[in-house]
Amino acid sequence: MGSSEVILSVKGLTASINGTPILKGVDLEVKAGEIHAIMGRNGSGKSTLSKVLAGHPAYEVTGGEVLFHGEDLLELEPEERARKGVFLAFQYPLEIPGVSNLDFLRASYNARRKEQGLEEVDAFDFDDVVEEKLDVVKMDAAFLNRSVNEGFSGGEKKRNEILQMALLEPSLGILDETDSGLDIDALRTVSEGVNQVANENNAMVLITHYQRLLDYIKPGFVHVMYDGRIIKTGGKELALELEEKGYDWIDEKLAAGVA
Amino acid sequence: MSASVQTLVNQPYKYGFVTDIETVKIPKGLNEEVVRLISAKKEEPEFMLDFRLKAYRKWLTMAEPDWAALGYPEIDYQDIVYYSAPKAQEKKQSLDEVDPALLETFEKLGLPLSEQKRLTNVAVDAVFDSVSIATTFRADLLKHGVVFCSISEAVKEYPELVQKYLGSVVPVGDNYFSALNAAVFSDGSFVYIPKGVKCPMELSTYFRINSADTGQFERTLIIAEDDSQVSYLEGCTAPMFDTNQLHAAVVELVALENADIKYSTVQNWYAGDENGVGGIYNFVTKRGLCKGKNSKISWTQVETGSAITWKYPGCVLVGDNSVGEFYSVALTNNCQEADTGTKMVHVGKNTRSTIISKGISAGRSSNSYRGLVKIGPNAEGARNYSQCDSMLIGDNAAANTFPYIQVQNPGAKVEHEASTSKIGEDQLFYLMQRGISMEDAVSMMISGFCKDVFNQLPMEFAVEADKLLSLKLEGAVG
Ligand SMILES: Nc1ncnc2c1ncn2[C@@H]1O[C@H](COP(=O)(O)OP(=O)(O)O)[C@@H](O)[C@H]1O
Ligand SMILES: [Mg+2]
Repeated sequence: MGSSEVILSVKGLTASINGTPILKGVDLEVKAGEIHAIMGRNGSGKSTLSKVLAGHPAYEVTGGEVLFHGEDLLELEPEERARKGVFLAFQYPLEIPGVSNLDFLRASYNARRKEQGLEEVDAFDFDDVVEEKLDVVKMDAAFLNRSVNEGFSGGEKKRNEILQMALLEPSLGILDETDSGLDIDALRTVSEGVNQVANENNAMVLITHYQRLLDYIKPGFVHVMYDGRIIKTGGKELALELEEKGYDWIDEKLAAGVA
Repeated sequence: MSASVQTLVNQPYKYGFVTDIETVKIPKGLNEEVVRLISAKKEEPEFMLDFRLKAYRKWLTMAEPDWAALGYPEIDYQDIVYYSAPKAQEKKQSLDEVDPALLETFEKLGLPLSEQKRLTNVAVDAVFDSVSIATTFRADLLKHGVVFCSISEAVKEYPELVQKYLGSVVPVGDNYFSALNAAVFSDGSFVYIPKGVKCPMELSTYFRINSADTGQFERTLIIAEDDSQVSYLEGCTAPMFDTNQLHAAVVELVALENADIKYSTVQNWYAGDENGVGGIYNFVTKRGLCKGKNSKISWTQVETGSAITWKYPGCVLVGDNSVGEFYSVALTNNCQEADTGTKMVHVGKNTRSTIISKGISAGRSSNSYRGLVKIGPNAEGARNYSQCDSMLIGDNAAANTFPYIQVQNPGAKVEHEASTSKIGEDQLFYLMQRGISMEDAVSMMISGFCKDVFNQLPMEFAVEADKLLSLKLEGAVG
């Protein structure tokens, strides 16, 4: 595994919003074929990290570097990052009234294909493409003709996110609390979807609070985020330890200076 | 919202050029003499002069309305030119005789009038400042009995029809601007569809204001006899001047038994610059009379231009089972102000009306919907459905909805729905995170928002309208 390609390399990343520093020096390296989990308390900066990586305009990067396949990611516009294969499954997917889910998926799919030098797909052929991907998340075709996420339940929105990921076949998938708010069946479906997309050429970063997701998707690395930094990295067992002992355990370790 | 969304709305106005052409003008100012002079220049019959003078005298007794949610400096009605025509403008027998500069102007506006180039299934009446310079396909249409010509020609050639219907839907004293229009109107289009005829092509009028100090007061009259059908479209542009110009039009539609009139507007007058300097003041009275049983009048408007818009196309549903429709997209940006909506007056039994209004406000603009639904005492079984949606782009734009509902028949059913949404930074980011550019993201959202209205436009124009909105919004988001 040691020789596989580095997809994402984050070094000393700091970022703030409205002048308030949130990320305080994040280091993270993700290689092809790897699955990482990032855990941590509410407010520790997990969503911020995902949005900064995706290029959300509200955040200001104040220091550090981010390389994506060796290229400076921070130089790129959000849509360019997406086309090159950075995918963010949103913690709160947005509703876009009036825009059909199908049209949206096709625009997005074609934007990615164009970047890859592939031919764009017309509405007719796209039906077949999307049909096949619907199975990945066991989604009903009726959702395609509705407006993007409008009136979708929490679980339906999350499935729609994974459907998009399955279509776009990203190089890096960042899943921000995709498991939150899912019942056990939906959790299984969504996890299986993620497992189908994950392969040795891409990488997944799962942001989660719960060990239960990791029963379905097995991460090779578990990181703990604390006050804008990744303060601890371990294997799967770290997630179990966190679940058992809670985040206070980290606080104590920090106080003792051993984390 | 950051700067890039703002640049998206601020696309330069493409139609802002001025045609250099010699004109004949009546000097600025308005008095009875000017009214008589306009009528004389147009060699009008006596009844038209009487109509104008009656209107002028009425206008003198009226006051400019101030109830709309609009703020603009007082208009000096003595500082406007009421008649301006390209020199030597006798209406030409053939287009070869029309001044090439005028043909070129319309070609630049995407509206070639010459035989070889013109649109194949759309007949066009081209109005430049105060006069109609050409009407295409006139003879072909006449073979079907359809009259399509300028109103000036109609006054001379079809005086009985004009005398019977002019002012029958919008009476001379209906409002301040309609009275002014009745006194000084210079040109416009006239359409007559005989009994049982389905007009074989789209009819359209293109209005162009060219001179800086000239007001445009056009008058359109469409009459659809029993069992006839017509679809009509108007478009308009004006050069960019840093002074305001007045446009006060009146449109009257008459639908007899089983007749069907569809009237579409794509309004793209110059809107003024980003600081609100210049632009057209658009004060328009449009009304359709569903006179016969089972008749139908449908208004579709896409309002993107003008500094000020004051406009309420309405339907008076007299015939039993008649139908009125109003589909509107009004987009305002920068300092534009729009107060627009409709009036649906239900008189006959089982009359139905539908109102779909979509307001989009960007920049520091203000966009108000004002709609009246009135159900008279005899309108047994009348129904209305209204839906008014507003979309805000950025944090400095305003949207208002003023529905007025007056029901005098207990059996009537009136439904009103309203919503306000916002193109937010997070929605744009979501679409961009899926590889969609900001321009495309905005236009997807706008098209989606306007879909119900665009679907009503004739095909060719629906695409145009969609593009026009995207252009207008270029720079508004970011
Ligand atoms: N717009 C904002 N302005 C100020 N602080 C913010 C803003 N958005 C998020 N934060 C703060 O940033 C911190 C990290 O938030 P977030 O990244 O959402 O955490 P997590 O996803 O780990 O729960 C929190 O303290 C939150 O309050
Ligand atoms: Mg979060």
